[in-house]
Amino acid sequence: MSSGPRAPAPPARRTVSIREKYVPFLISFASVAVVIALVARLVTQAEHWPRIKLQFFNLDAIVAAFPTVLRGFGINMSVWAIALVAIAIWALVLAIFRSLSGPLLAPLKVFAILYIDLVRGIPSLLLVLLFGFGIPALQIPGLPRSSLFWGSVAMVLGYSAYAAEVYRSGMEAVHDGQRAAAKALGLSQWQTLRHAIVPQAVRNVLPALLNLAVALQKDVALLSVIGVRDAVREAQIYTARTFNYSSLIAAAFLFLIATIPMARLTDYVAKKDQERRLQRTV
Amino acid sequence: MTRIRIDNLTKYYGDTLVLDAVDLAVGEHEVVCLIGASGSGKSTLLRCVNKLVPFDHGTIELDGVSIDDERFRNSNELYKRIGIVFQAYNLFPHLNVLQNITLAPRKVHGTPRQESEERAHELLTLFGMEQFAKSYPEQLSGGQQQRVAIVRALANNPDVLMLDEVTAALDPELIGGVLKIIRELKEQGMTMIIVTHEMGFARDVADRVCFLEGGRILEEGPPSQLFAHPENPRTRQFLQRIIEAGRL
Ligand SMILES: Nc1ncnc2c1ncn2[C@@H]1O[C@H](COP(=O)(O)OP(=O)(O)OP(=O)(O)O)[C@@H](O)[C@H]1O
Ligand SMILES: [Mg+2]
Repeated sequence: MSSGPRAPAPPARRTVSIREKYVPFLISFASVAVVIALVARLVTQAEHWPRIKLQFFNLDAIVAAFPTVLRGFGINMSVWAIALVAIAIWALVLAIFRSLSGPLLAPLKVFAILYIDLVRGIPSLLLVLLFGFGIPALQIPGLPRSSLFWGSVAMVLGYSAYAAEVYRSGMEAVHDGQRAAAKALGLSQWQTLRHAIVPQAVRNVLPALLNLAVALQKDVALLSVIGVRDAVREAQIYTARTFNYSSLIAAAFLFLIATIPMARLTDYVAKKDQERRLQRTV
Repeated sequence: MTRIRIDNLTKYYGDTLVLDAVDLAVGEHEVVCLIGASGSGKSTLLRCVNKLVPFDHGTIELDGVSIDDERFRNSNELYKRIGIVFQAYNLFPHLNVLQNITLAPRKVHGTPRQESEERAHELLTLFGMEQFAKSYPEQLSGGQQQRVAIVRALANNPDVLMLDEVTAALDPELIGGVLKIIRELKEQGMTMIIVTHEMGFARDVADRVCFLEGGRILEEGPPSQLFAHPENPRTRQFLQRIIEAGRL
């Protein structure tokens, strides 16, 4: 027996015919189209449809309101992007404070616990009102007076409490052996966090963080209650002037355009994450 | 000169006595092998020596200084001088092999990147792992991961190296290579405490073998004596089982 039987060749790749590939897709597409058409027909035949159309889906009104709503939406997106970065950092700081051990660092840990408990217990709307109206009203010299600024600060402070808890769950999910290995190599508590725990934690919780980002994208609209002229505020102004609600639909449309890709991205990242985990459990 | 001196080391996990008044001295250049059944406290002993777990009674000294001394308390000095390789490899999954190995030299010892990478490549080549320098742990077999873990500990240039069943996951033809490296390390003055189930390995590399049972060192001596003429009946029983399992 000098050479055993040769291994069979790897299986030939299955060729998929065009028909096999596209027919299922076409069928699902067609069935969705049929359902939508049926619903549309039902709705448009309803007794009140002409009035609904005039009030909500008035194309002229949408076109007329669109530029200002879009400008407002620019504010939503900028606040969102800046707040996202601030939250990602501040929440991580809070989570790290919370994970610290040792008597010297206890005040930081206590601060983080109190902060997270307090802030999570207060509705975001209340925080926005407190900061956006309250702080400018103090008229403290040297502090910014803009309600946009303080409203954004409120969003960051509020969301960070949630994001900190997400980070924390990720840090706790990192196996103890990792800490032992880092300690045994001489890494300090800080270096262990920085090089071993946090990178793994962030990777673990990325899908959950992205979910928070999607929620934030919509919650920025809370700033409209303190007079920030975001998309919702601009749409409301238009509605108040014309007694037509189509501008709100225009704003809703813009929000959908922004959030749906984010949601898909979140799904994608979550799927990749799951595949990675499956691979590791041998 | 005595590098590590363990006196009356006692450790409980809850109410379970895991280490029962262990005395052990390891001299410079000495290689001590710990053998014993599963659960006898071998890993725990190693973990106590580099303060990964606290113990209840007794003292441990490194070069005459207690590991609870001020000098070791608020610094990573102890971890720089005593390296450990774990039974479970505990590589960092988000770092590739090279990054795993150079992390501590760069961050803890402040070795420049290039120097630490050269040393890492050198060690990887010795262990036949050079081609995996850029691989991630999850892409390696268990044996390959263990070799990386050994290299990672060696890259710290410790004075004392503790190995916890490091050959358990290695292919037979690679055990020889590891033995060779451990002998070379010994010639360079490395003091080692090695936990192993491979009696051939222990006999080959150890200056002294300690047999643990129930958290006590029941018998110790040079391998020639302990393996050929064990005095304690428990040692004899243990070795008998090992022989029956074909591992001696
Ligand atoms: N973290 C822990 N909590 C509670 N008990 C523990 C813990 N770690 C170990 N033990 C117990 O301590 C005893 C000694 O464990 P240890 O890991 O030191 O054994 P070992 O000799 O290394 O065994 P093996 O050859 O299987 O690795 C065992 O009875 C074990 O159940
Ligand atoms: Mg063990």
